[in-house]
Amino acid sequence: MTRYDPALARGLTRARLSRRSMLQMSGLTAAGLALTACGVQGQGAKKAPDASFWEGRKSNGSLAFANWPLYMDSERTQLTQFTERTGIKVTYDEAVQENHSWFGKIQPKLANGESIGYDLMVLTNGIELTKLIELGFLAPLDHEQLPNFDANAGELYKNTSYDPGNTYTVPYTSGVTGIAYNPEYVDREITSIADLWDPKFEGKVGMMRDPQEIANFGLLLNGVDPAESTEKDWKKAVEKLEEQRDKGIVRRYYEQDYIQPLTNGDVWMSMAWSGDIYQQNAEEGTNLEFVVPEEGGTIWTDCLMIPVTAKNPVDALMLMDFLYEPEIAAGLTEYITYITPVPEAQEILKEKAAEASGKEKKELDGLVDSPLVFPTEEDYARLHNYVPLTTDNEKSFTPLFLSVTQS
Amino acid sequence: MAMETTTPEGGPSPTPTPPRRVAAAAPYFLVLPGWLWLAVFFVVPIVSMVTMSLMSGSLVRGFSLTFEFGNYADAVATYWGQILRSLFYGGCATLLCIAIGYPVAYWIAFRGGAYKSTYLLLLLLPFFVSFVLRTISWGFLLADDGVLLGTLKDIGLLPDGTRVLNSAPAVVFGLAYNFLPFMVLPIYAVLERMDHRLVEAARDLYAGRVQAFVRVVLPISLPGVFAGVIMTFIPSSADYINAKVLGGTHNTMIGQVIESQYLVNNAYPMAASITFILMAVLLIGIFSYARALGTEQVMEAQAR
Repeated sequence: MTRYDPALARGLTRARLSRRSMLQMSGLTAAGLALTACGVQGQGAKKAPDASFWEGRKSNGSLAFANWPLYMDSERTQLTQFTERTGIKVTYDEAVQENHSWFGKIQPKLANGESIGYDLMVLTNGIELTKLIELGFLAPLDHEQLPNFDANAGELYKNTSYDPGNTYTVPYTSGVTGIAYNPEYVDREITSIADLWDPKFEGKVGMMRDPQEIANFGLLLNGVDPAESTEKDWKKAVEKLEEQRDKGIVRRYYEQDYIQPLTNGDVWMSMAWSGDIYQQNAEEGTNLEFVVPEEGGTIWTDCLMIPVTAKNPVDALMLMDFLYEPEIAAGLTEYITYITPVPEAQEILKEKAAEASGKEKKELDGLVDSPLVFPTEEDYARLHNYVPLTTDNEKSFTPLFLSVTQS
Repeated sequence: MAMETTTPEGGPSPTPTPPRRVAAAAPYFLVLPGWLWLAVFFVVPIVSMVTMSLMSGSLVRGFSLTFEFGNYADAVATYWGQILRSLFYGGCATLLCIAIGYPVAYWIAFRGGAYKSTYLLLLLLPFFVSFVLRTISWGFLLADDGVLLGTLKDIGLLPDGTRVLNSAPAVVFGLAYNFLPFMVLPIYAVLERMDHRLVEAARDLYAGRVQAFVRVVLPISLPGVFAGVIMTFIPSSADYINAKVLGGTHNTMIGQVIESQYLVNNAYPMAASITFILMAVLLIGIFSYARALGTEQVMEAQAR
């Protein structure tokens, strides 16, 4: 520290650009430009994988499964049962927190044809799933290896609009987006989406940040079926949502973090997912109410899929089919309390409830009778599908609704 | 300093002098790791981002370099509000950091006595917890009927409808809280090294307490403040966690926009051009600030 030469310090910290070094720099930049220019293109050019994907593939005795938090109990009961039956070991990670950030994470690897480290994953039937299918990033399922799915899946969950013929996905669980409110603070019954626009609740309403979710509520309030909406309808929905925001009715646009504010009274009512509210009431003893609004709610499905670069696709396919055994599906439903694609699970849980006693019986009875877990035909009639997005119309859709939440 | 070993001294030296050519090249070898580091982690990403910002296309069809300067115009036209807001929030948070951090640094440096390192540890202790978790816990503290507001409302100090969470002040407070150590530490470093006899000399020459502070301590500590401002203003203007967790409607900062343009909208070129606009604005700001305050001073202070 004793000897310090200011000239040296200046020399190290200040660039003195000569004509020559400027030229060198620009040459370097040009080289860089040329390099990167070929790095980010042609992702759509790949051919979608076909049935020949399965030729010569064998079970390897292990697989890695990426799922959402709270989508399987902490003992991973169903996976243990699977390992006991087949001897296949499963690595289970609660790695998926959001559809878009998960997509952002795996997209570059899939584009390079690298493994994403998981052989089976769960994503919602939204735009990310559409993109994965269009980009050819998913393995086509071999339905001959999925006998349980064919035998046990409910009709509503087969041949869906987002994946005709279940070519790439089978449902893991479904849920309803509706309104949750806290009766401690709200002194009247909330029944409709219009209630979320009531100026009486200024600053006490939570909405979702997800463009697709928030679009549905704007559209349904305007009396438009999301599945048949056009760009004109979207713009009208945006106007409605902006009106709600600019009047100060919306407190915040939430991701999955609306439950805490809803419980402690920061917001009194919020757009919500059915299973979250059911779980919160069951575990924390809260009395939150969940309603499917008069204008209608939306139903979404989280799907199982195999990335095309999976190292153990056969094992993944076996687990997929295993989860469609009624006993297994019933066990899963008991924990995650969302809608199961296996209708028979209701009977099994009913039998279990009949045998159980005390607190367990009460819980199981509540579960079996809950329209949130086992919706009736009527309930289903009030539920709508998401706005069907393709990579083309998404270009106008997403920015429209982002402009609502990102003011 | 590492450079000392390679600068040949005048006069005869006891060790054999290395050959001239090696001696001349040595500084370059020494700086090579630094250059490599900059090349790999700065030049390559920056260049690829610049190219990205000039591309057009979509994720599925692929992006191609079309020198689409319109991306920049679009970005400014659509998001100028959020950019200005980010700078404003960052500025407010920085001022708050100076207001809180300067007295803290001053007190630890001059009055900390034997416990200086303990105080510094106490200051840094909360920062061993993850950034996001700390921010989320502010959400609990500031809840409408939470520990803070609930109590104040109960004793009647605040009217019933008061809200802090999900507003601009909450975001600014969150930013100031999260970046406070980056203000305290550089100021402390300068003050701690300061020769305290200078203050005594000032007092001997009939300067009052205020005069001694304004004419002696403050000018000496300015380089520390300068460094602190850079280290708080830049990251807090670009931050998005605080606005996301503590903000409400009309509190979106530009970092959030960049994040969602990348992850939700997959509009990589748009996200890249916003990034560069933010970077340009910050650089221009910092350079003019450095001009006004003088970088020479900073170098001298660090060398003392």
